[in-house]
Amino acid sequence: MALEDYGASFVMCPACSRRTTPQNWRAHLQVCPSCGAHQPISAPERLASVLDAGSFVELGEHIEGSNPLDFPGYDEKLSDLRRKTGLQDAVITGLGMIDGVKVVIGVMDSRFMMGSMGTAVGERVTLAVEYARHSGLPLVLFCASGGARMQEGIFSLMQMAKTSAAIADFSADGGLYISVLTHPTTGGMIASFASLGDITIAEPGALIGFAGPRVIEQTIGQRLPEGFQRSEFQQDHGFVDQIVQRGRMRETLSQLLRLHGYGVMHG
Amino acid sequence: MIREMLSQLDEIDAMLGVTKGEERRTLMERREELLIRCANLTAEQKVFLARHPRRPKIDAYIHELFTDFFEQKGDRQSREDPSVLGGIALLHGEPVTIIGHRKGTDLNENVAYNFGMPGAEGYRKAQRLMRQAEKFGRPVITFIDTPGAYPGMEAEEHGVGEAIAQCLALMSRLTVPTIAVVTGEGGSGGALALGVADRVLMLENAYYAVLTPEGFASILWKDASRRGEACEVMKLTAQDLHAYGVIDELITEPIGGAQRKPQAVFSALDEAIARHLAELKTMDIQTLRQTRYERFRQIGQ
Ligand SMILES: [Zn+2]
Repeated sequence: MALEDYGASFVMCPACSRRTTPQNWRAHLQVCPSCGAHQPISAPERLASVLDAGSFVELGEHIEGSNPLDFPGYDEKLSDLRRKTGLQDAVITGLGMIDGVKVVIGVMDSRFMMGSMGTAVGERVTLAVEYARHSGLPLVLFCASGGARMQEGIFSLMQMAKTSAAIADFSADGGLYISVLTHPTTGGMIASFASLGDITIAEPGALIGFAGPRVIEQTIGQRLPEGFQRSEFQQDHGFVDQIVQRGRMRETLSQLLRLHGYGVMHG
Repeated sequence: MIREMLSQLDEIDAMLGVTKGEERRTLMERREELLIRCANLTAEQKVFLARHPRRPKIDAYIHELFTDFFEQKGDRQSREDPSVLGGIALLHGEPVTIIGHRKGTDLNENVAYNFGMPGAEGYRKAQRLMRQAEKFGRPVITFIDTPGAYPGMEAEEHGVGEAIAQCLALMSRLTVPTIAVVTGEGGSGGALALGVADRVLMLENAYYAVLTPEGFASILWKDASRRGEACEVMKLTAQDLHAYGVIDELITEPIGGAQRKPQAVFSALDEAIARHLAELKTMDIQTLRQTRYERFRQIGQ
């Protein structure tokens, strides 16, 4: 993929085809400096872009995925991706500060099997939600996931129930949950915790929906209109509070935390 | 082939009534042979039975297990989605709320019920009925039989994903006992939306999976025709899921499937639901909810 080709002296934007340096891409948080197209951003880069420098402490790093169905080739695929991405699985969870306000944060990474949710993602997210619930901290989750991970079958499906139940309890206790939908948030992801935020923010142009566009087109026998299931479509249909540019995400989260009474009294 | 074996069994059953002596003995032997072969089905053959057109549907379960059913239509927001059937009925004299996916018994009904594939409104109707069950302290019994939520434009425009997510969150905290029964197809999030229950029962030849086998094969291998292989690796049978602890009890079916002797399935299910409900009713609300949370919490821990 062009954007990860750090060795090259120029990378081309997949949206507008203009070229810029990899350094410039990173400086713009993987948003095209020319056209504003939001390209995938890694979980570590994302964390750095919204948290106060040096404030992140990982939780649940001991949780690793397994191969509950003994799915052929899956173990190899996991170890290969772990080596390539430096991630244990498709989400990083932990504690961090946004403008001095302590939050529980989870960030998904679509490089890891399209950010799909298997038992490791389900377990890490659930632990993060439970931590937020017991500590009374606000919760911010960045979703970037194609949905349930096929290779873990029914166990992946059940993570939808498990994470949603954790959010439901957290919410009933008065916890604040900000859900940020990024590209892509589809399938079992939109049908579980991604849709359960008190506040739902989307990045521009993200694919957000339940069924995949290809499956819908095959079912109805026609092409989908331009922009179908994108962030702007979801906002128009009432499922997103606001679309926020990546460059303004940190200040938006900070504003929302203050609006809920966090960080007002003690800075 | 399961299809041929089943139609031969049907033929033999019909002929047994009108034959005698040697001919009858031969038929009985042939029948015995077929039953033995039907008793050891592959996962793919079970999926075939789960989708059998004559397999009992939710209407039959309501008719056989409950009395005084009053259907409740509509989500009170925009539409009635008939692919989810719900209402109030008496179970052994006690009021309960019933919610389930509805498939038809013929082509006209199937079209009318969208082959049991709900849109957002079906799941919002389910939420409405669950809240009401909670208000009046009625246990909730759900029947799961869907290939999945409908992958169409309107479903997306109306937020079917959000509607499923809200079902999961709502069910997980209901203050009344809940029992889910996977009767046929338990396909993906559209099935799970009615499945976050205190007890999950499953018919022997039903399947429950992250996706239909065809969808699974086409996502993973870009080849929907590798369905048989998908059925095997997905571990989607009631036996597999019982071993994993994903379901609590497997309801035995007659050899060759529920459609051959539905009455046997109705009475087995009736007994199981009554037994589980009696157990759940001894628990206080806090324990009930906590146990339900833990039930799903420990899967993949
Ligand atoms: Zn561009």
